[in-house]
Amino acid sequence: MSAPAEEAYALSARRIGAMMLRYWYLLRSSWPRLLDLVYWPTVQMVTWGFLQYYIATNAGFFARAGGTFIGAVLLWDILFRGQLGFSISFLEEMWSRNIGNLMMSPLRPIEFVAALMVMSVVRLSIGAVPVTFLAIGFFGFNLYGLGLALVAFFFNLMLTSWAIGIFVSGLILRNGMGAENLAWSIMFLFMPLTCVYYPVTTLPVWLQPLAWALPPTYVFEGMRELLIHHNFRGDLMLDALGLNVLLFAGGLFGFLKLLESARRHGSLMQTGE
Amino acid sequence: MPVLPSPPIEVERFVKIYKTVPAVDGISFSLAAGSITGLLGGNGAGKTTTIATIMGLITPTSGRVSVLGADMPKQRYRVLHRMNFESPYVEVPMRLTVRQNMTVFGKLYGVADLRERIAELGRQLDLTEFLDRPTGRLSAGQKTRVSLAKALINRPDVLLLDEPTASLDPDTADWVRAHLERYCRERQATVLLASHNMAEVERLCERVIIMKRGRIEDDDAPAKLLARYGRRTLEEVFLDVARGSALSEAAQ
Repeated sequence: MSAPAEEAYALSARRIGAMMLRYWYLLRSSWPRLLDLVYWPTVQMVTWGFLQYYIATNAGFFARAGGTFIGAVLLWDILFRGQLGFSISFLEEMWSRNIGNLMMSPLRPIEFVAALMVMSVVRLSIGAVPVTFLAIGFFGFNLYGLGLALVAFFFNLMLTSWAIGIFVSGLILRNGMGAENLAWSIMFLFMPLTCVYYPVTTLPVWLQPLAWALPPTYVFEGMRELLIHHNFRGDLMLDALGLNVLLFAGGLFGFLKLLESARRHGSLMQTGE
Repeated sequence: MPVLPSPPIEVERFVKIYKTVPAVDGISFSLAAGSITGLLGGNGAGKTTTIATIMGLITPTSGRVSVLGADMPKQRYRVLHRMNFESPYVEVPMRLTVRQNMTVFGKLYGVADLRERIAELGRQLDLTEFLDRPTGRLSAGQKTRVSLAKALINRPDVLLLDEPTASLDPDTADWVRAHLERYCRERQATVLLASHNMAEVERLCERVIIMKRGRIEDDDAPAKLLARYGRRTLEEVFLDVARGSALSEAAQ
């Protein structure tokens, strides 16, 4: 690697820490931001929890498949909130017109991405951890009862959410705030395809290969397998990990290329619509 | 023979074309260490593109832009910690307090004595009593001083200023200019200043580069420009250049 390229990819814990501090100050300063992290996952969990409770008392299969809906809701929230946590931290820079200050500072793009990744976990923890305890209290569903499988599910879902968050951030840098809606809605494109609430076999045969090309599909299939048949499928998690590595590398590569393109087109100076 | 150090800012045959529209059309200049230079031009003259390229935010279509010996934007990470800028088009986060903003930027720039530096800037820029107040709750003049504090947090050797006193009342603007003058004199910093305020440029700058439609129309000391155009103020010189009337008429 040439010297300038090495400098561009050098990582500094101090600069990553500075960005995390910046987001932490922001979260601390705004209770609506903190409330926003918790309230929607709670509403989701409660709604789907009651639905599951109703179905389980009326259908034999669902009585046996206890927790698949709530489990799916909580895991989907990890995926969705992980990406949103990444993207919102990034959007805060656009909204506050601070992106020029950052791009002109010694902060490397990789460090910026690293700080956004850590903050997505922090935001997710603030929002999702209390909800998992509510799920125990309301419906007796203990997500932590999944044990080590939960670690594999969580890690794979976070990798996917980061990959997509990174790519969407690149699109916003390159195209301005006109692309902001992607940050809020792109994950819903994955919802039907990753089979959050139903098995892959529910999809038309021609669509199934596409579903299997997406890492979260393996996680949701693995979750159902675990909850219904009490069988942890490590092979599914390894397949998801392999695809996630490719997706993450692709997302990062896309971000760096979009940033390069933004420099060519002068988009970093025009971060409006 | 001793090798002379390269100028802090050097622009050689710099061209920037957006799609098919040329924003900057082959300009060249270099700035001496410790100098304050004004970059003037009407809207669309290419000032912002030139400054953004010097900052490493834009890749030149052709030509070369270097800062402190590093090619921009390719080698920007070699020198970004020695540069900084202020512009009314970029803001520091408004929800963070002044001290929090200074802390974040100080850490990004690797300022060693950060606590003392924040206190020092607080005293110098009359911000001490506002340090723990959210930046968004300050007046326009106070916010400009916060932006200036951010621009000076790392004691930059190269400082780029885009309209540093825009929308300030005359008293605050004068105060900001005085502080900039003092900083540059003490630190021997090189400053490139884009402004539409001709009085400000006349006061601060020892050299003025006037751009029009992506090209450099004139480049000299303010006094020499006034003499050459036969005008009494830089504003008159600027209008002459902007309207394309001047030099020949002045010569006549």
